[in-house]
Amino acid sequence: MSSAAKAKNKPQAGTYNGADAVVDALRAQGVELIFGMVGGQIMPVYDALHRHHCFGHVLVGHEQGAAHMAEGYARATGKPGVIMTTSGPGATNLVTGLADAFMDSTPVVAITGQVASTLLGNDAFQEADMRGITMPITKHNYQVQNADDLPEIFAEAFYVALSGRPGPVLIDLPRDVAVSPCQPRQATPMPPTGYKPPFKPHPLQVERALSLMAQAQRPVIIAGGGVIHAGAHESLRKLAELTGFPVSTTLMGLGGLPADHPLSLGMPGMHGTGYANLAIYNADLLLVVGCRLDDRVTGNVAKFSPGSKVIHVDVDASEIGKNLECQVPIVGDAGQALAQLLAGAQAWPERPDTTAWRKQIDQWKKKYPMVYPKSDDVIAPQWAIQEVGKLLAPEDIVVTGVGQHQMFVAQYYPFRRPRTMISSGGLGTMGFGLPAAIGAQMGAPERQVVCFDGDGSFLMNIQELATAVRYRVPLVAVVLNNAWLGMVAQWQRMFYDRRMSQSETAAPPYDKVAQAFGALGKRVERPEEFVPAMQWALREAKAQKLPVVLDVMIEREAKVLPMVPPGGANAEFIPCQSGDCQ
Amino acid sequence: MSEEYCPISVLVRNEPGVLARVAGLFARRGFNINSLAVGETEDPQVSRITVVVKGDPHTVDQAVKQLRRLVSVIKVRDQSTMPRVERGLALIKVRATPAQRGEIMQLAGVFRANVDHVDGHCMVIEVSGNRNKIEAMIDMLKPYGIMELARTGQIVLARVRSIHQGMEGAGSAYVPDPDEDPQATYNVYQQS
Repeated sequence: MSSAAKAKNKPQAGTYNGADAVVDALRAQGVELIFGMVGGQIMPVYDALHRHHCFGHVLVGHEQGAAHMAEGYARATGKPGVIMTTSGPGATNLVTGLADAFMDSTPVVAITGQVASTLLGNDAFQEADMRGITMPITKHNYQVQNADDLPEIFAEAFYVALSGRPGPVLIDLPRDVAVSPCQPRQATPMPPTGYKPPFKPHPLQVERALSLMAQAQRPVIIAGGGVIHAGAHESLRKLAELTGFPVSTTLMGLGGLPADHPLSLGMPGMHGTGYANLAIYNADLLLVVGCRLDDRVTGNVAKFSPGSKVIHVDVDASEIGKNLECQVPIVGDAGQALAQLLAGAQAWPERPDTTAWRKQIDQWKKKYPMVYPKSDDVIAPQWAIQEVGKLLAPEDIVVTGVGQHQMFVAQYYPFRRPRTMISSGGLGTMGFGLPAAIGAQMGAPERQVVCFDGDGSFLMNIQELATAVRYRVPLVAVVLNNAWLGMVAQWQRMFYDRRMSQSETAAPPYDKVAQAFGALGKRVERPEEFVPAMQWALREAKAQKLPVVLDVMIEREAKVLPMVPPGGANAEFIPCQSGDCQ
Repeated sequence: MSEEYCPISVLVRNEPGVLARVAGLFARRGFNINSLAVGETEDPQVSRITVVVKGDPHTVDQAVKQLRRLVSVIKVRDQSTMPRVERGLALIKVRATPAQRGEIMQLAGVFRANVDHVDGHCMVIEVSGNRNKIEAMIDMLKPYGIMELARTGQIVLARVRSIHQGMEGAGSAYVPDPDEDPQATYNVYQQS
């Protein structure tokens, strides 16, 4: 290497360079915490972080963990989660997390190192085409060509991640850009571009929606994650209470209306409540807000809500009419739309009478209650979740992995506030729970975070226990351990004639694993041990500022019910097993 | 529903990777691109991508809305619903014995096509026009034996003065169009 080339690659302390501009840009965005992992090509930026010592940084065990932590942080706080990793494998390890954030509209900004521009496309050491790789799973991405562009690129990236329908944005930073000298400066206001997220609902469409609502006799509101993103839960509750429209909240919308609210129908869809699915099936009007009506919600679309008129509110116009035909589209922010609908409904001379409809729904509630078999010998996962619900405050946060436990939580945990349910909905990422819980707990230190996980899902990012111990994150992880990949096992039992192909796990004793990582752990086998163990976990997590893992042996064959068989019609669900616990 | 060729005009920020974004979007949603043409507009910061897709109205509507989501995309228009000028170009190398030359040149004349090359056994014909015209020319030349063929993507401009004109009641107008924001003053549409 020539001496000139050497000098070019060597970080020059004292000269303001691209890496400093990155740090300043992050500071300008009010970033307080970065989740990441250092490596060759991102080292100049880490060096700048060290010199400026102005950020909290969480060093993770695996970059996928960083991505889920950023998601958990964003979902708990509403602020963008920030990730920083090196090039090549460091960057490609983000793919699952970025895809997850994209599916669940979570605002995340990832900064990845990249080989020097001169080496781009040469298959250089630790080179990966991150722009190409992440194009379909980010809202937008950038590769910085010039250090002078950094302030504008960062300002735009954060704006894009947070505005409209939120989502992940990636900034790929070639090493030579990070070390090249530039001028410190603030971003100039953004030039006009095509990016104009719609915000204001069209007044004419709001009017049309109101006139349909005024005539509705069997209305249902379906509220999704958009309600949470927009902070529209208050308007939702008021609109429901004013009109008497029952509300079904999707997995991403849980907490949008308190679960114990008399108008709450619980979750719709594959594992939704029977009464939500029957109400939607028999409805004459659906008001869908901030929900993309994915196949887990609709089941067989043709038999989802055949007799209803549909009002669909979404900030992303491409979601409207995508899966379900819609009579009144309202493109705009869920908060504004609900506020306008509320104002309009308040001016109605008389309100629609939905008493008969709610009576009908109450009958369905009686006929298809959410129940599960009771046992004094083994722990029913549903019961354990309900008991935790009694121990936690309404604003405490529940994070889940993916699998049976996730659906049990969605069905049985009494979510009462927005941003208290953090789960991987769209992508269904096993391994999401623990790192997302760490991110959520770091973003909301004043609230208790409890992570429900399955034994299969927990194993997938178990290395982040080291992160939780290192940063003394006082979360409680409740591993509902049935020694199965439970959801797979359930399908095999129900639809594959009990051919249990590769679904039995060899889960290690998670209490001992936790202890080996320096966390606290306890194994729970009997129902009478569970509540005391949970109380101990909550107490010790706080007292010792350490994560606690409860390895909870649960009923091995517990099924998530109700269930709509795959491809079936929602109204033809398999009901809960007649049992005693409610 | 009937499937039709729909030209879609996509104005994009002229930046690296933007074509991959647009083309990739079509690829992963399973929309089949029939033709694709890209070029700068009168504003060097803006490129126009003309995509012709074949699909039913729902598919095309989805494609338009998905395109609108891309941050690099400034404006998207389904041009199939408005009067338009549409052009593509084809170079056709056709077998031609000296005896057939006159006949082929006559055909070329009918289609206002140019003859760009002649030698002892072939001719290269250049024809421009809308899809139907080019296809008609190709059909006429097939019996002689087409040796090679190269076609460009179709490019399209609306005949109306501005793209906002003549859109009332057209296509997917039932969804309030974010592009219709009067604040949007991209110079592309400011000309008379």
